[in-house]
Amino acid sequence: MSESFSVKKYLRDLKLPFCPGCGAFTVMNAFLRAVHELGYENLEKFVFCSGIGCSSWIPSPYFLADSIHTLHGRSIPVATGVKLMRPDLNVVVFGGDGDIVGIGLSHFIHAARRNLDVLVIMINNMVYGMTGGQVAPTTPFKVKTTTTPYGSFEYPLDAVKLAVVAGANYAARWTTAHPTELKEAIKKALKLKGFRFIEAVSQCPTAFGRRVGFKTAAEMIKWFKENSITLEESGGLSEEDLTTKIVVGDFVHRDRPTLIETIYAVIKEAQESE
Amino acid sequence: MKLIKPGVYFWQGSEACAEAALLAGCRFFAGYPITPATEIAEHLAKRLPQVGGIAIQMEDEIASIGAVIGASWTGAKAMTATSGPGFSLMQESIGYAFMTETPCVIVDVQRVGPSTGQATKCAQGDVMQSRWGTHGDYSAIVLSPNSVQEMFNLTIRAFNLAEKYRTPVILLSDEVVAHMREKVVVPPVEKLEILNRRKPKPGERAFFGREEVPPMPSVGEGFNVAVTGSTHDEFGIRYTADPGVHRRLVERLNGKVQNHVDEIAEVEAYNIENCKIGIVAYGCTSRAVYDAVEEAEVRGISVGYVRLKTLWPFPEKVVRRLAETVGKIIVPEMNLRQIFYEVARTAEGRAEVIPLNKVGGGELITPEELLDKILEEVGRNV
Ligand code: SF4
Repeated sequence: MSESFSVKKYLRDLKLPFCPGCGAFTVMNAFLRAVHELGYENLEKFVFCSGIGCSSWIPSPYFLADSIHTLHGRSIPVATGVKLMRPDLNVVVFGGDGDIVGIGLSHFIHAARRNLDVLVIMINNMVYGMTGGQVAPTTPFKVKTTTTPYGSFEYPLDAVKLAVVAGANYAARWTTAHPTELKEAIKKALKLKGFRFIEAVSQCPTAFGRRVGFKTAAEMIKWFKENSITLEESGGLSEEDLTTKIVVGDFVHRDRPTLIETIYAVIKEAQESE
Repeated sequence: MKLIKPGVYFWQGSEACAEAALLAGCRFFAGYPITPATEIAEHLAKRLPQVGGIAIQMEDEIASIGAVIGASWTGAKAMTATSGPGFSLMQESIGYAFMTETPCVIVDVQRVGPSTGQATKCAQGDVMQSRWGTHGDYSAIVLSPNSVQEMFNLTIRAFNLAEKYRTPVILLSDEVVAHMREKVVVPPVEKLEILNRRKPKPGERAFFGREEVPPMPSVGEGFNVAVTGSTHDEFGIRYTADPGVHRRLVERLNGKVQNHVDEIAEVEAYNIENCKIGIVAYGCTSRAVYDAVEEAEVRGISVGYVRLKTLWPFPEKVVRRLAETVGKIIVPEMNLRQIFYEVARTAEGRAEVIPLNKVGGGELITPEELLDKILEEVGRNV
């Protein structure tokens, strides 16, 4: 099956906008490969919503599909309107860390709480890449960015743990150093219902890697690989030890009733009661 | 119960708005509670599921308008309702809806501002926000009802204009009109004019240009539509480097409204050709006009008025005609001069434009106050 795979059949004939070595290529590839392996010949059954930032360009306008490129942070509300009215479509949100858990944080929490049936793929490059490398909610402590020239004085946010606590049906984290695991997680998530969240830790060689001392994208991927540990392995480590690690794996996989199920039950009841 | 049956009802403005929305074909509502607009959300929360639609309370106003935009792209007629502070939060998305040509209806039930102001009191302070609230060059369509019946009629019209011109439409109501109860006549459905957006034919691709109002596909129909708030070509592909592409797009979007002012801008005009003094009024404030005019006529003063049912695009022609007839035009408003400047601009010095303003506490301008102003301006001895 994978021999016949070519991303081209899912893409518009446009030049991709990412910098050389950007992790967005890997995530795009993993997603389209997952779609292909699940047997989708095209993206007709999908609607993509994204916000503002480099990662939001993964689906829009490059995917040969319906895509709604929304305002900064507002992809999840727009996806909510789409999914509620068209429960039969696969609604997938792509966004960066600034988009999803910076400006859009409250929408993210509430969509997980509602167990809205969308898959959110957050590309976490730990920085605001598109605007040139400012501090993000996911920037590691003490790391220098253009707006934290003395190093970040804030603790970063763990979006996957937040998704679990908020009520997501599925939440996982992988990095661009784990393309196969990432693809498998996407396949798994596409087959599930409810709120599904995948964080893809990704390299931004242009606005982040350079500043923290990585000369190439490959060096960053190596860093991801060396510092990633699975959820199982992380069990015995202290919080202190974990601050320098990227914990990867499935964080939750459950089957709470979804928003589509609960809201359509209400419609049925209201229509029958009259 | 399905759609409301034709007949005579005694309704609050908010109920009239909600029931009219259902008749217009609205099947999606997303909102966030805010005084004095909450009754619309509450009514639709009950009624939408009964007609197979969806009503959801979102986490804030920004999410509400976002969900409305998403629903509209599935082909649904969708709306939200809010008041001044929530309307402010929605402004960025209203610009997005304008730029992406997403039909939707936003009801703003005005209260006293700025800021939290007087949440439960009536005002008309959002007139300019409804016109210029978002950034960049855009043309808003804003309707202004002055009775419960008109809240009903203009809600349907708001949906029709949104569908016809593929654009957001604002129903700018106020606390008094939304909360008061009046008689409403609901005509049979077949007597109502209900417009729906034009859908593309198979193979069509230019959903953002070529025609003044291009056809609008829904997601999930196989059109592979790319929607973006960035400057885009007629196929929806982002194109931000070329000044020509932006000019063409934004001039067309503004032209959709500005080239059709005669069709969009509705007014109620009375005696504007022969009067001695004129009034331009709208919304709750215009309710004082009828009594004041009658009283003035009893005293031998011929008064003409233009009541604006559409605030934007501004009905320039008829206001100019009034300015050509009279020496003076009084503009009563529950704000510190918002439409006043627009009337003055339109009059171009042909008539003296006189403001009559009142703000705070939800106190309406009374017919007596308006009459006093009329008498003062024409000279008591006429
Ligand atoms: S700025 Fe960073 S995240 Fe954006 S495209 Fe370039 S490498 Fe990728």
